[in-house]
Amino acid sequence: MEQYYFHSVTLDKSKCKGCTNCIKYCPTEAIRVRNGKAVIIKERCIDCGVCIRICPYHAKKAVTDPLDIIKNYGYKIALPAPTLYGQFGPGYSREIIVSALKLYGFDYVFEVARAAEIVTNATKCYMSNNDIKKPVISSACPAVVRFIQIRFPNLIDNLLRIESPMEVAAALSRQEVNEKYGIPLEKIGVFFISPCAAKVTSVKAPYENRVSNVDGVLSIKDIFLPLLDIMKKQGRITKEPFSLSSAIGVSWAMTGGESSAFKDGRRIAVHGIHNVNDILEEAVKGNLDTIDYIEALACPEGCLGGPLAVENPFIAKVNLINEVEKIKMNQAHSVPHEHKDIKELEWKSTVEYRPIMKLDDDMMKALEKMNMIDQITESFPGLDCGACGAPSCRALAEDIVRGNAKETDCIFKLREKVNSIAHQLNQIDSTGSINDDNQ
Amino acid sequence: MASVVVRDYIIPANDFTIAGEASSNVRKILSQLGVAPDIVKRTSIAMYEAEINAVIHGNGGQAHVEIDENKIVITISDQGPGIEDLELAMQEGYSTAPDSIREMGFGAGMGLSNMKKNSDILDIKTAVNEGTTVNITVFFKK
Repeated sequence: MEQYYFHSVTLDKSKCKGCTNCIKYCPTEAIRVRNGKAVIIKERCIDCGVCIRICPYHAKKAVTDPLDIIKNYGYKIALPAPTLYGQFGPGYSREIIVSALKLYGFDYVFEVARAAEIVTNATKCYMSNNDIKKPVISSACPAVVRFIQIRFPNLIDNLLRIESPMEVAAALSRQEVNEKYGIPLEKIGVFFISPCAAKVTSVKAPYENRVSNVDGVLSIKDIFLPLLDIMKKQGRITKEPFSLSSAIGVSWAMTGGESSAFKDGRRIAVHGIHNVNDILEEAVKGNLDTIDYIEALACPEGCLGGPLAVENPFIAKVNLINEVEKIKMNQAHSVPHEHKDIKELEWKSTVEYRPIMKLDDDMMKALEKMNMIDQITESFPGLDCGACGAPSCRALAEDIVRGNAKETDCIFKLREKVNSIAHQLNQIDSTGSINDDNQ
Repeated sequence: MASVVVRDYIIPANDFTIAGEASSNVRKILSQLGVAPDIVKRTSIAMYEAEINAVIHGNGGQAHVEIDENKIVITISDQGPGIEDLELAMQEGYSTAPDSIREMGFGAGMGLSNMKKNSDILDIKTAVNEGTTVNITVFFKK
């Protein structure tokens, strides 16, 4: 079955040196080096962005929309991810940053943090239902959802079936602008300002056949300097009213922020895709049955560590914590106050298991292939050196059985073969026939 | 030749840092073979419980796994103290695990009943001071 996969994470071939740094770190073994260049196996990639962070040559990148895309729309709405507030340092408050977005050319700003607190309130309601499967796993991080889809099918039912803050912000802002200002829907363009590559994929190729409410995804990296420029020159706060979110919404950018809203219950906040993997492994074993909620974020330190963010996540965290403390001092914004009917926010359909690791549709053939993989793996040196372009000896054996690689891609196997050919050449006598030692 | 995939694992005694590796590995193999997720889940839970039991009670042991087209058969054996009263041990909540093990979240007395619940055939052979062999069979098709 041919399927089209869009991915934000892509390779810049001209920068790729064919080193093997990325293949080892990819959590789904989705990268191979072939013919001196990295290749991303599209159906396996979950857009977590680990390879972007790891590549010493910056050959991995996340495709986003160009900033100019907003010009295509008569009325432009910005949806800043809370991570944006952590990028600029002291002196650049949330109010100033939001104002700068308006000066940049957006007509309306709807904080994703505001949607996040709506999601928080809906989640509290969701969690009070005794029929749900625990631990509930947050579905806010799209890389984690895709990871579960391919690696942990038994945890799909544990996913929080509520739309992500980005999608909620997009739908609500569109509706708000239409109702408040009478702007026709077709004139409105909604743009997410993103630290995250996987969110781009979520917009361009949503799970299953859903439709995203977002019209474009701009990266924080691209908009950082234009915003900084505006803030340095003008440094003022526009007077237009905008409804600012509470501390909870803003702290969603950090690991632990999302789950901090739940006062009761046992909750885990895990970040970094390999740590997420370990926690999900525990969950499948049934070891986390006493846990109520798992906030799982693919990037280190949460969205602040996203591949499209500018500031170091630990520094951004200080900025954000300061902002959160400020909000908490202001009583009006200290608690999540906005509620929406949970029915409107719930997933209309589920996500499905994508068994992309499956060796064959026919069980008999799959067993044979597994045995072949075992045999070939056994014949390899077991160093997992990566020189063949696969992350491990076993991965190379799998590639060979799947027909995507050959045994002599292993440099040790190649050396054996060359030695044996050299040996044979030495045996050629004057008549030109080979004297085999074994005869 | 009928294709059978075979795996052997050593289960180390009292080492909780690697306990569960064998069942986790089997889970991945079954997924690669295309076994349905719910069957994979039942199998890995049953095997995990047996593996943990061998770690806690059996001074470690070994796991032998055979997978064919229709089923998976897991044999986990140890040379530990054996089970004195198997019928009693099968009851939910019955446990002989020491407090130190319980404090780690293990030994709640659900192991054997979980194994029973998640396997199609469960066969336990045990002799005091000789050891225990647990045989778990899970069929892929209903």
